Amino acid sequence: MTSTLTPVRKRSALTKGQLPKAAPYIVLAVAVILGAAILALIGFNAFGWGIVSAIIFAAGLVGWSLIVEGSRKATDKLATCLIVGSFLVALLPLVSVIWTVLVNGLPGLLDPGFLTTSMNGVTGAFDNKTVEEGAPLLGGIYHAIVGTLLITVLATLISVPVGLLTAIYLVEYGEDRALARAITFFVDVMTGIPSIVAGLFAAAAFFAIVGPGTKTGAVAAVALSVLMIPVVVRSSEEMLKIVPNELREAAYALGVRKWRTILKVVLPTAISGIASGITLAIARVIGETAPILVTAGFATTINTNVFSGWMASLPTFIYTQILNPTSPSNPDPSSQRAWGAALVLIILVMLLNLGARLIARMFAPKAGR
Amino acid sequence: MTTTSLTSSRSAGRAGDKVFSAATVAAGCLILAVLFGVALFLVVQSLPALTASPDKIQGGEGFFTYIWPLVIGTLIAAVIALVIATPLAIGVALFISHYAPRNLASGLGYVVDLLAAIPSVVYGAWGVAFLAKEISPAYEWLAKNMGWLPIFQGPASATGKTILTAGIVLAVMILPIITSLSREIFLQTPKLHEEAALALGATRWEMIRTAVLPFGRPGIVSAVMLGLGRALGETMAVALVLSSGALTASLIQSGNQTIAAEIALNFPEASGLKVNTLIAAGLVLFVITLCVNMIARWIITRHKEFSGAN
Repeated sequence: MTSTLTPVRKRSALTKGQLPKAAPYIVLAVAVILGAAILALIGFNAFGWGIVSAIIFAAGLVGWSLIVEGSRKATDKLATCLIVGSFLVALLPLVSVIWTVLVNGLPGLLDPGFLTTSMNGVTGAFDNKTVEEGAPLLGGIYHAIVGTLLITVLATLISVPVGLLTAIYLVEYGEDRALARAITFFVDVMTGIPSIVAGLFAAAAFFAIVGPGTKTGAVAAVALSVLMIPVVVRSSEEMLKIVPNELREAAYALGVRKWRTILKVVLPTAISGIASGITLAIARVIGETAPILVTAGFATTINTNVFSGWMASLPTFIYTQILNPTSPSNPDPSSQRAWGAALVLIILVMLLNLGARLIARMFAPKAGR
Repeated sequence: MTTTSLTSSRSAGRAGDKVFSAATVAAGCLILAVLFGVALFLVVQSLPALTASPDKIQGGEGFFTYIWPLVIGTLIAAVIALVIATPLAIGVALFISHYAPRNLASGLGYVVDLLAAIPSVVYGAWGVAFLAKEISPAYEWLAKNMGWLPIFQGPASATGKTILTAGIVLAVMILPIITSLSREIFLQTPKLHEEAALALGATRWEMIRTAVLPFGRPGIVSAVMLGLGRALGETMAVALVLSSGALTASLIQSGNQTIAAEIALNFPEASGLKVNTLIAAGLVLFVITLCVNMIARWIITRHKEFSGAN
């Protein structure tokens, strides 16, 4: 007697004891719905909904996996949940920072005259008028932009020759001498100097040499150089190290002097990396607040002389506008200016970072010939 | 070129060699001199504060009574930042290096690098304008329900400008730094180690635990220590966020102060002995960060010797 066997689709033995492919999505859907239900009971808010759903999702998926797949796979699922979760949690404040700056900064930045006027003569009375009568917001960040650019350029002019020459010494002449080892060690130490200590050093040095209370753009530039030099040394050293030795040996074989070899062969080969390292170093110091605060003070007028008088800069402008609003009774115009300046500063830093990438790509030595 | 005689060109070249190598040595020595100068000027300018009679220092009880609460405050803020940031940063770094899809990962890495470059004053502004306001209800909840713990003792600050908020802002600041350093380390894990672990039947997490983390441990330690150094010396975030005061055990009341913020808040208006006192405070901060960096270096070298991963 023959009976027609209906083919039963069995699960392959190889995939036995595994969660179905759609398992995460199923658990996610359940978790989102459950989360919404729980939050509806205790008062709904989006933040709590996300957190409760995430916890239910992780618990559900790991529990299911523990029953079906065993403890090893369950541990793996738990680790995955934690790692992805930590990424999402870390994203929250960072996105929030960018968002806050964009939302608060755009009105200030779009204000006519914000980039082209200084705070000279802008007093609390004007800010009160802006708030109470809707008068246009006065004052801008021109003096701060000028100050930031001057101080940073001067700091770059000091740091790049010193840092680059030191890197050349370490790679080309050092040969593990005591001096080279000492420099390497102390450059490491310098990397860890807190920015405010660098500012205090410059201030203390100029107080001792020039006279107490010396606060100028040049002092700030010296302070920033202390922070910038180790970064320049480090990045240039790395770049010079990866220049192939064959290039140097070829130059020596042609009878070229060592210094000509370095200037004409080694540096051009490494220039893209060095330039991008320097750009990143500039990006790092352009946002430093504390050293400028203790060395250049804060000004409300345009000062283009780095060797005399207090100087404003974008970071100190943000700091003083938030902490000591121009009009203490109506801090809103001040905070709008501060956020506008913060947006400008972030854009500057981002441009420098993008520029570093671009430089690295554009001037990269052409491979093969 | 043929017109120059061999001897004259040789002597010119020799002079060039000498000048150039002398210039590089000079630059190197200048760095040593600057660091020596940092230490020297800080010590010389802080001597008046260290030797002055106790009643002339702020607080009237001498320099060490003045600096003691600041040191503790600095450590509290830095420890909060590290406790929050380290696990998150390692998680994010692992996500970018081993979990995210390939084409997404490089973009994410770049975004993290950009975030590490955001100036600290911007983080501080965000902390005072956004975070402090949003988080103060949570502090009230903590004070009500966890108040029996000394660190959550009420009454909670209504403005949210507390040392815990400052610590969270610091954590957000050092997160991209630790992440980007650890990610570099994780990406350097030998591919063969990872593939060997997977071939033996390890799950992805077991592969990470047995191949990636042991290889990256010294790197993680150094990244965390660098983050700690940054958190200790960070000025603006704390100066803007914290409503400072006397040393308290409670993290959710206003109070406490860090060295760096104390200097930044007082130095612009300081004069006379106050300047020396603040410079002496800077010297203390310098010594603390120096110790942290030395310990980090020591840990790294010690681990390198025993790490069989190389």
